[in-house]
Amino acid sequence: MRKLINSLVFVTFILTSSNSFSYNSDPKIFIDELVNDAIKILSDKNISKANKNKKIEAITLENVDINALGMYTLGSIRKTLDQNSLEKYKILFKKYLLKSLTSRLTDYSEQRFEVISADQKSETYTIVSSKILENSSQPEIKINWRVYTKDPARPLIRDLIVEGLSLAKTQKEEFSSILNSNNNDINILFLKLEKFINN
Amino acid sequence: MSLKKIFIISASIFLMTTGLKAEAEKECFENVSRGIFKFNKSFDKAILRPIAAGYNKLPDPIKKGTGNFTSNIGTLLTVPNHVMQGNWQLAGESSASFLINSTIGVFGFANPAAKMGLKNQQEDVGQTLGAYGFGAGCYFVLPILGPTTVRDSFGMVADTFVDPFAHVTIRNHELLSISGSDIDYYSVKGAGAIDFRANNMTNLDSLEKNSIDMYAALKSLYLQNMEKKIGNTFSSESEDDWSEFNK
Repeated sequence: MRKLINSLVFVTFILTSSNSFSYNSDPKIFIDELVNDAIKILSDKNISKANKNKKIEAITLENVDINALGMYTLGSIRKTLDQNSLEKYKILFKKYLLKSLTSRLTDYSEQRFEVISADQKSETYTIVSSKILENSSQPEIKINWRVYTKDPARPLIRDLIVEGLSLAKTQKEEFSSILNSNNNDINILFLKLEKFINN
Repeated sequence: MSLKKIFIISASIFLMTTGLKAEAEKECFENVSRGIFKFNKSFDKAILRPIAAGYNKLPDPIKKGTGNFTSNIGTLLTVPNHVMQGNWQLAGESSASFLINSTIGVFGFANPAAKMGLKNQQEDVGQTLGAYGFGAGCYFVLPILGPTTVRDSFGMVADTFVDPFAHVTIRNHELLSISGSDIDYYSVKGAGAIDFRANNMTNLDSLEKNSIDMYAALKSLYLQNMEKKIGNTFSSESEDDWSEFNK
C-alpha cells in the first residue's frame, strides 16, 4: 500500500504532463514520449509554476480521454440522467480533474521512468507497462497505462493502474459513494464538485 | 481441547456462517464507520502525523533501518501464510530473506536479501482466507487500525495465533528459547505504523486535499489493494469493468 499511495502524486502528474507536441501513435512509444516530455518540463526550472500548470492543462485536454473518464467515473447513473445534467457533469468533471491533477503536481519531484512492454487487450485497449525506477527515497513503482486505441492514429489515456490500484476505479467509487448516500441525487455530486473547484 | 483447536473450529464456523460471499463494497454499518473514520483522522492529526513528521526528520539510514526491521519481523507471519496457500517457492524465498536479513543484515536493519533478488511480499491470514475463496464480507472501519472487512478483521485476530513473533510476545510462549513481552510486540507494530505514515505523508495529504469523499477513496484503495494481494497479481482492476463501458 505504501508504494501504491506513494506513487499517486507522480502518476497523476505524468497523466497530465506533456506539451502540445504530437506523440507517436504506437501506445508504447506514445507513453514513453509523453512521460519523458513531462519529466523534461517539470525539471525545467526556467518555467514558472503557472506556466507549468497551463501546459499541463493543455496537454491533459489533448492526451487524456477526459470525456470518457468522466462518464466511466459517473457509473451506471449516466444512463438515466437527462441531457442537461450530463452536460453540466461533463463541464464540472473536466474542471475538477484539471484542478485536482494540477494540485497533485505541486508535490512532484524528479523521477526516472522506463516503459517495459505493451499488451494489446482488444481492438480498443492496450495496456502499457512501465515503472518508476528505485531511488534512495523510494522503491520501484510499477505503473500500467490503459490506452484507448479505437482511433489508432490518436491514442488516449483512460486510466492508470499504480501498483495495482486503478485511479479511475477509485474515482468512480468515490462518486458512487456520494450518490448512494444521497438517493442518487446528481445535484449533491454537482455541489461537491463545485465546492472543490471553487475552493 | 487446546486453544488452537478451539480457534480453528470457531473460525471455520464463523467464516462459514457470516455470509462472506457478500460483496466487500457493501458496508457493515456505514454511519458508524464514517464516525470512526472521523475519529481516526483526528487521532492522526493530533498524534500519529506529528510523530511521523518528527520521524521523517531522522537521518535516512535510521528510517530505512526501522522500515527494514519491522518488515523483517513481518516475514515471520508471511512464511506460514505462504505455506498455508501452497506457495512453496515464495515460502522458501521469504524464509531465506528472513535468515539472511536477521544475520548478515544485522537483526533485519539492513536488507541484503533484496539485493540478492529474494522476494518478500507480506502475507497474512486475511489474504490466506481470500486465497481459499472466502469473500471479504462487508466493509467497516476500526478505531486506530483503520479500514477492514469481516474477513480481514478476523484474519487480524488469527494472525496473532499464526505469527511466531506474536507467539513469543503477546502469547507468552517460548520458541527456540526465545521469548519477549507485550511491549516488544506493540513497539514493533507501532514503529511499523509510524514508518508507514511517515512514508505516506505527502501522499495522504494530497489524497485528502484532492478527494471530495476521502472515506470512499480510501475504501476503494483498500479493497483494490487486498484483491491484488490475494491474487498475488499486479493489478486488481477488472477488464470487464472497462469492457462493458462503451463510450
